[in-house]
Amino acid sequence: MIAVDGLTLSRGERVLFRGLSFSAASGEALALTGANGAGKTSLLRALAGFLRPDAGTIAFADVPADEVRTQHLHWLGHQDGLKGARRAREELTFQTQWLGADADGIAAAVDVLALEPLLDLQVRKLSAGQRRRLAFARLIAVQRPIWLLDEPLSPLDARWRAAMGVLMQAHLDRGGAILAAVHDPLPIPARTLDIGDAR
Amino acid sequence: MKALTVLWRRELALAWAGGGGPLLACGFFLCLSVLVPLASGSDPAALRPIAGGISWVALAVSSILSLERLFERDFEDGTLDLLTLGPAPLELVVVAKAKAQWLAVGWPLAVTAPVAAITLGLPVALAPLAALAALIGGLGFALTGALGAALALGSKRGGLLIAVIVLPLFIPPVVFGAGALERAANGQSPGPALAFLCAYVLFAAVITPLAGAAAIRNAQG
Repeated sequence: MIAVDGLTLSRGERVLFRGLSFSAASGEALALTGANGAGKTSLLRALAGFLRPDAGTIAFADVPADEVRTQHLHWLGHQDGLKGARRAREELTFQTQWLGADADGIAAAVDVLALEPLLDLQVRKLSAGQRRRLAFARLIAVQRPIWLLDEPLSPLDARWRAAMGVLMQAHLDRGGAILAAVHDPLPIPARTLDIGDAR
Repeated sequence: MKALTVLWRRELALAWAGGGGPLLACGFFLCLSVLVPLASGSDPAALRPIAGGISWVALAVSSILSLERLFERDFEDGTLDLLTLGPAPLELVVVAKAKAQWLAVGWPLAVTAPVAAITLGLPVALAPLAALAALIGGLGFALTGALGAALALGSKRGGLLIAVIVLPLFIPPVVFGAGALERAANGQSPGPALAFLCAYVLFAAVITPLAGAAAIRNAQG
């Protein structure tokens, strides 16, 4: 589904990694590990098309390059794009409709992530875990096969980590792929790629 | 198109959220318009020949106030990343945000413009023209301002940098807008000046989406 070949990425003068090659197949989860500053987030941003690599190629099987970002990728980074001054319902509606969700998709995300009690609260009044669940809703409301996640579970408690594991496994069972930068193991079977080894 | 409408409505809501930013711009505009006559002495007639120019300089400066909000917060909180993954090209996102800026800030400033013009000594009969010219010029300010806001993304002193980038680009509409008021005050047709103002808006409408989107992509990298 994703094939990366000979990827070299630098930030400013610093080369994060050279000649990194890997692939992720349909139904597979890849846990990107490495020390702080190793380049996990930068790798994910390069995969999402936000960063231009110095060398190497990133290929998505059977998908035209101009459609990858707008139809096939979900990105959930450290910053979730939620506005603190707006109500959770408004932000959920915006984020999901922007990506093309219909009413059924939004309702399903609210149900699965137990967001209903939070929807009339201002986003700034949500806890970090509640806020992460709200941001996660767009991944459930809009079906896209490739999930790029940057430390997706770090604000969540044990119960919601397990619940997210169920959602991630369901995504893989549907033929999706997950690439996640993590410090703690994912709650699903995942292949590990240590970015530090590519320096 | 539906997605752009969703974005546009959100932008309008955000513009008015948390304290009514457009009203602050209007208040600043009026304060400038009152300060100048107070500072220039007791003879209102001395101010009249340059009243159009002063009102347009005040309008331009007031239009800059909320530009930092346009892209910088979205850049910092990850919204721009999300917008990049949507169905609309980034160029149209820039247009949608500039249009929302015009509606949220440009229109209230255009409504305020006649008050400012009269305060500065222009005839009351020119009030409709002052509003119309400010409305057209406001669209130019919003488009060019969006470009400046995009170019300043990620800089430590974004607000100041936007002003430095944008103020020189605001010179043509200030000249044309003030010219329209001056021509009308002298009994001439403001048409040619308004036509130049419209031409500036069209020019900005072509340049801003392309250059603004490129600047955002560069900042994301």
